[in-house]
Amino acid sequence: MAAPITLHLVFGGGAELLFDGVKDHHVTLPSQSEPWNMKQLLVWIGQNLLKERPELFVQGDNVRPGILVLINDADWELMGQLDYQLQDKDNVVFISTLHGG
Amino acid sequence: MCQVDEDYNGLLESPVVVSETQKCNKCKETTAALILKPGEALCRGCFKEHFVHKFRAMLGKNRIIFPGEKVLLAVSGGSSSCAMLSQVQEGLGQNAHKKLRFKPGIVYIDEGCLLGQSMEERQKTMAQIHSLFKVTGFPYHIIPLEMVLNLPSSVLESVHLATDDPAGNYKVAVDHFMQSNPGHSVDPNTQVHQAELRVLTDATVPQLIDESQTQTLQELFSRVKTLTAKEDLLHTLRRHLLVSTARAEGYSKLMLGENCTRLAVKLLANIAMGRGAQLGVDTAFCDPRYGDIVAVKPMRDYTAKEISLYNYMWNVPSVFIPSLETKTADKSSIQRLTESFVVKLQVDFPSTVSTIYRTGEKLQTANFTEDIEGAPLKCLLCMCALDTTLGETSAFQATLISEQLSNVGTTHPMQGHLRPDTQTKCCSPCDQQDGEEQCEAHAVCCSHFKGGDSMNLESLLCYSCQQTVKDMTSVEFLPQYIMSEAKRRNRRSQIRREISEFLLNEDQDCTSIKAES
Repeated sequence: MAAPITLHLVFGGGAELLFDGVKDHHVTLPSQSEPWNMKQLLVWIGQNLLKERPELFVQGDNVRPGILVLINDADWELMGQLDYQLQDKDNVVFISTLHGG
Repeated sequence: MCQVDEDYNGLLESPVVVSETQKCNKCKETTAALILKPGEALCRGCFKEHFVHKFRAMLGKNRIIFPGEKVLLAVSGGSSSCAMLSQVQEGLGQNAHKKLRFKPGIVYIDEGCLLGQSMEERQKTMAQIHSLFKVTGFPYHIIPLEMVLNLPSSVLESVHLATDDPAGNYKVAVDHFMQSNPGHSVDPNTQVHQAELRVLTDATVPQLIDESQTQTLQELFSRVKTLTAKEDLLHTLRRHLLVSTARAEGYSKLMLGENCTRLAVKLLANIAMGRGAQLGVDTAFCDPRYGDIVAVKPMRDYTAKEISLYNYMWNVPSVFIPSLETKTADKSSIQRLTESFVVKLQVDFPSTVSTIYRTGEKLQTANFTEDIEGAPLKCLLCMCALDTTLGETSAFQATLISEQLSNVGTTHPMQGHLRPDTQTKCCSPCDQQDGEEQCEAHAVCCSHFKGGDSMNLESLLCYSCQQTVKDMTSVEFLPQYIMSEAKRRNRRSQIRREISEFLLNEDQDCTSIKAES
């Protein structure tokens, strides 16, 4: 049983438009039987934070191609991407590099 | 091989598992913060060095921007152009031997009117841009897109400059600069001048936008049926406005922030849109199509990822400004679809963008037909060499024929309007001003021309721009400068046709000279 964790999520480069234009989100993930990973975080964001057009943020179980992810200011490709196990007070940034956001 | 989500039956190598504590490939000391391409992990410090070096190298290698030259940076507020702005700022602040030595200015074009934004929203965006530019200390110009309606038709003419050996020119310019600026001290006069300019632009920033012009522009875009054509038209108008601003303010270079990913998308999208003949100029570092104003793309070696990461890590400010493409589905336009195709492919094949981009580097534009003065015939809108004046066996003619055949039986309202060549017997004389009477006689045939203002617009356009105009239900809302220049060119070619029998053509010329000798 993992304890609930708090995260700081940042959306930029136009991705914030899908979240009512709010860039910074401080969220608390509820406790669950296994530790939270990025894959589950994406599902959680889709259910709880996304305001519109989910296909413009999540595609399949991954983020939409063209959206960069940084975990604690480092490229998530260095962190194991979807399998990264989130820690309490982690900082996760999503930046859209697509033209028009 | 080129399909997204294709099943490879495990042929793909599983990505190299990288650990959180991987060291930077360059300094081999610090923990890596990002992966540029597979196997190339860098730490923050080395990444910054790499990024800054690339910008200098791009300008240094090409030797196109002379010391002391006035360069206009086109900044849209997006991440690429803001990264470009920060690189220029950094370059000008460097110590002597690395210092960039041109005089920058900034231009921003506010396109809020096309997104149906209210005046308050537009003012808010402009205020953000304003504060972003103010801290740079460079002179800047914030221009609403409506200004495009006030452009003179001379914008559409490219000004020819006598071009000598550019490398020689560069050396002369550097020497000249060294002599006039011993010790590289900043000339106090230029500072005063810059300050004056800034005050000047400051005063004119909250430019009053004429609402009737906003409406005219909205009317024009509402006549465009597809998003593909809208984006293309906007791109064209924006370029005209940028070039005209550069000319009016005395700049000789225009810096655009297009990055490598963007150019790769543009390359493929342009092929799909029939701009194959212009690929070379559209994607090259240096774009000389306007003659006196040369457009350069110093960001073309950076991928979108590199730029976004740099901006994030080093807090480069940028303003997110929605565009026509914002929140649209993948299939809403050719440009949008191509972008989604390329970025999706890039996920599994990380060298997609660079492969497309390197291919683009090798492209060159062939020489096209020249007019009597020896200057190549240029498209009225995109100002590239016309690709429609080819022989009967060209792919262009084949396209026209097949299009004609597939339209047989279906009466398309724009059909006659689009292919004046096939209707020359009736329509081309009526197009001219002196053809009023004839026009009435041919009223039935010419009924597809809307209003008396219509003209042989298509013969002045390249294939791709023809397609864009074809997607418009009416051309009467095109800005005045385009229409009057079109009329002028039509008149010229008409006169040329009339006097053609009195002109010696080149072949005859040659043979008569040979006969004499």
